[in-house]
Amino acid sequence: MNLKQKNKVRTWIVGVSAWGIALLLFFPILWMFLTSFKTELQAISTPPTLVFEPTLENFSLVQERSDYLKHAINSIVTSFGATILALLIAIPGAYAMAFYPGKRTKDLLLWMLSTKMLPAVGVLVPIYILYRDYGLLDTRLGLIIIFTMMNLPIVVWMLFSYFKDIPREILEACRMDGASPMGEVVKIVMPLAWGGIASTGLLSIVLCWNEAFWSLNLTAADAGTLTAMIASYSSPEGLFWAKLSAASTLACAPIVAFGWLCQKQLVQGLTFGAVK
Amino acid sequence: MKFLSRAALVSAATISLGISSLASAVEEITIATVNNGHMIEMQKLSSHFEKANPDIKLKWVTLEEGVLRQNVTQDIANKSGLYDVMTIGMYETPIWGKRGWLKEINTDASYDVDDILPAVRKGLSVDGKLYAAPFYGESSMIMYRKDLVEKAGMTIEDRPTWGHIRDVAAALHKPKDGVYGICLRGKSGWGDNMAFISTMANSFGARWFDEKWKPQLTTPAWTHAVSFYVDLLKNYGPPGSSSNSFNEILALFNEGKCGIWIDATIAASFVSDPKQSKVADKVAFAQSPVAVTDKGANWLWAWSLAIPAATKHADAAQKFVTWATSKEYIQLVADTQGWGSVPTGTRTSTYENPEFLKAAVFASAELKAINSANPEDNTLEPSPYIGVQFAAIPEFQAIGMATGQMLTGALTGSVSVEKALQSANVSADRQMRQSGYY
Amino acid sequence: MQRAVTRTLLAPSVISLLLWMIVPLAMTIYFSTIRYNLLYPGEHNFTGLLNYEFFVTDPGFWPAVNNTLILLGSVLAITVVLGVALSALIDQPFFGRGAVRVLLISPFFVMPTVSALIWKNMMMNPVYGVFAWISQTLGMEPMDWLADVPLFSIIIMVSWQWLPFAILVFVTALQSQDTEQKEAARMDGAASWHIFRYLTIPHLARPVAVVIMIETIFLLVVFAEIYVSTGGGPGYDSTNLAYLIYSQALLQFDVGIASAGGLFAVVLANIVAFFLIRAIGKNLTV
Repeated sequence: MNLKQKNKVRTWIVGVSAWGIALLLFFPILWMFLTSFKTELQAISTPPTLVFEPTLENFSLVQERSDYLKHAINSIVTSFGATILALLIAIPGAYAMAFYPGKRTKDLLLWMLSTKMLPAVGVLVPIYILYRDYGLLDTRLGLIIIFTMMNLPIVVWMLFSYFKDIPREILEACRMDGASPMGEVVKIVMPLAWGGIASTGLLSIVLCWNEAFWSLNLTAADAGTLTAMIASYSSPEGLFWAKLSAASTLACAPIVAFGWLCQKQLVQGLTFGAVK
Repeated sequence: MKFLSRAALVSAATISLGISSLASAVEEITIATVNNGHMIEMQKLSSHFEKANPDIKLKWVTLEEGVLRQNVTQDIANKSGLYDVMTIGMYETPIWGKRGWLKEINTDASYDVDDILPAVRKGLSVDGKLYAAPFYGESSMIMYRKDLVEKAGMTIEDRPTWGHIRDVAAALHKPKDGVYGICLRGKSGWGDNMAFISTMANSFGARWFDEKWKPQLTTPAWTHAVSFYVDLLKNYGPPGSSSNSFNEILALFNEGKCGIWIDATIAASFVSDPKQSKVADKVAFAQSPVAVTDKGANWLWAWSLAIPAATKHADAAQKFVTWATSKEYIQLVADTQGWGSVPTGTRTSTYENPEFLKAAVFASAELKAINSANPEDNTLEPSPYIGVQFAAIPEFQAIGMATGQMLTGALTGSVSVEKALQSANVSADRQMRQSGYY
Repeated sequence: MQRAVTRTLLAPSVISLLLWMIVPLAMTIYFSTIRYNLLYPGEHNFTGLLNYEFFVTDPGFWPAVNNTLILLGSVLAITVVLGVALSALIDQPFFGRGAVRVLLISPFFVMPTVSALIWKNMMMNPVYGVFAWISQTLGMEPMDWLADVPLFSIIIMVSWQWLPFAILVFVTALQSQDTEQKEAARMDGAASWHIFRYLTIPHLARPVAVVIMIETIFLLVVFAEIYVSTGGGPGYDSTNLAYLIYSQALLQFDVGIASAGGLFAVVLANIVAFFLIRAIGKNLTV
């Protein structure tokens, strides 16, 4: 076997095993997708029904019962709103820490991250009572505030790492030209770190979209997101696996598609500038 | 009948039209409900109510039971007023009613409040005042596979002994053919495994508390009942019993994998529905098994609509609650879905309706079960609490949950039955002491 | 002058996080010292440290601490090891690499509640789950995952969700690896394994640190997966601290004990964070 053949065999082995593992990991999602086109009886039959006539009945049931559009809009508004707000708050802070680090910058960052480690349920009642008193219960604004605060530490940290990778020389040159700090951020830092900001935003959107605890406990009829919609399909009386799969498929589809599209940007952000 | 109900609707519509012309503003009321079949139906049919009451707009929040309970409890305890109508059960109603957290349900003559089944009405009242209107009620009973039991040359009568149930389960248990002798709840939760185990323990002569409110979980009756339950499921139950509750078992039963199932009477309408069940024509029903007493051998529960005291739309809420729990509503479901799908377990008149009796094979068994449950006299020895499968005190939720958790452990064999009951008793005792019962 | 500007820029994030932290935390500290159950209105007596005592002496307390740490450790180990292995695998050229990558990262976008529901009902159910079907086809007794190995089942679910995250980070890191260096090593006759061991692994040190850091933050408070699938059981076999606090706060409505538990969780989180940052801190350019 010469080198070329050897390489070819190698490529085949790598390809087959990679595809095998990928399909294995993707299988639960595929199974959910397939189940959403089955009838309830087919969904629980053993051995699993593999060949069946797909039905759209579950999807129309979901649409009829819960206002999918309303929940989807709430999800979009809250996750995008919270992400934009978090970026607006975080960018100046991360910039300051990255370019004018002080003695306590490291402690400050770690303190910010540690606020993420408090289990949400531990502060549910205080937040609930505050929200009731300020009329924020069951409002999108209320959710946006919570989501913003929830993701702010991570957003700050990611942006900080990103900003740190911007070559100092460029900034020095800019400062010589007498640009103000704010001008510096807008003219130099933002364009250079654009990929990082975008990917930070993407991650934040994904995390908001999938948040279930706050959106379930702080909303009622008006501000419920897609995760709240799912809670009306998990374990009702009677058979529900097919309906649940349909609702889940509808709830996850936008964000999965979004993730696929933005894969590249997401990757850049997640590496925290480890890659240049 | 049909004509009459239409006439009633039309006249209601004209009356409310008259009112709405006075009050031009549309009132929005928010209804919190569980995602059970009957409630989903109510949500669909509510357009009839909105048409008849154009000044009222309904907004729905449908959630699974656990999440719903958290949400409404938060809402009512913090008086946040997010909901105007909430779906609660027989456990919450007396506790919250006594606290003044709920508005009394006022009904007029046409509502015919005396038509409500006495056991259900009693369970939803405090000092004779009704605090929630029953939407559908249920008890528990035996559901079994007629064909398999016959093939084994056996029978199941009403109120069989637990020993007999074990013998039948043993005869039906053929895991190789994918049939398990008996399916029972095992998933932990005061409304899950503890609802069932409490009724079983009751029939073995056990009780949750003695007259001085001391937890009784270490008594021989409890040990006996729980050991029997664990052995039964270990030997003749399906795999995975410790994560099974109503839905999981319903799926198993409908797939034809259970010989016997003892659970809520509401299941009868699902297992006998050929659209959902592969064994629809092979099911039969019987009253719950007993050991030493038939007191408290089957539970009593009613999902009911209540109005929190913090609501700003009390009148509109009142209107909706009476509509959704009225005879006319039942008739409306019958007209649109057929008599087999009406919400049951609430009104005497439903069980007197020949069309219903014809459509629902389970009707008589269900009524018998509900009528035989008495929340006020539920245990062999006297007990200070109200409720069959629960004790209607705020502490019970925590106690029932902890006990359920321990008994699931006993079921999987990670602790012994004695040990599980002992630690459950310790935490119950702690809870009661903390609350100052003794 | 410079300091003033820095402070102004930092102010929004620091102040908002401070508020977010201090206000609920202060309320939590207050609640933790009174008797406060949502179901008993009006009786908010000061009880000192009684709530802490109740939380710490709860039979589920030590199992919960243990499970929290086991869950954290196992998921970190699984996602990092498998993540490195898989990203090294798909870093090589083969047909349909883009599609494979899309499939591999997808679980990260699925809501935790949904993923737990899928695993519980469609994969791990011992009667009609896919796993049961596979073992039956192979002539084996189906396993009751959630009852027999509850914590392990949770670990599988959580790892399934976080493995894509690790892969995402590592794949990009690998793409930036110096190919010339690798080629040179290969020319010199170095085995693939050695290249992996001495070139790739050191190159991944920082991305690994990043993955561990971020995952730790989320893994300490895993909740939805447990809530949906095992409910913390059987017994306390899969109860972690977040779930224990949840059961106090929302299943038993005891705000006092739950607040005490929440404060305990903060302390634990900071201890973990302290050691973790010491261990991997060198790799983080903070």
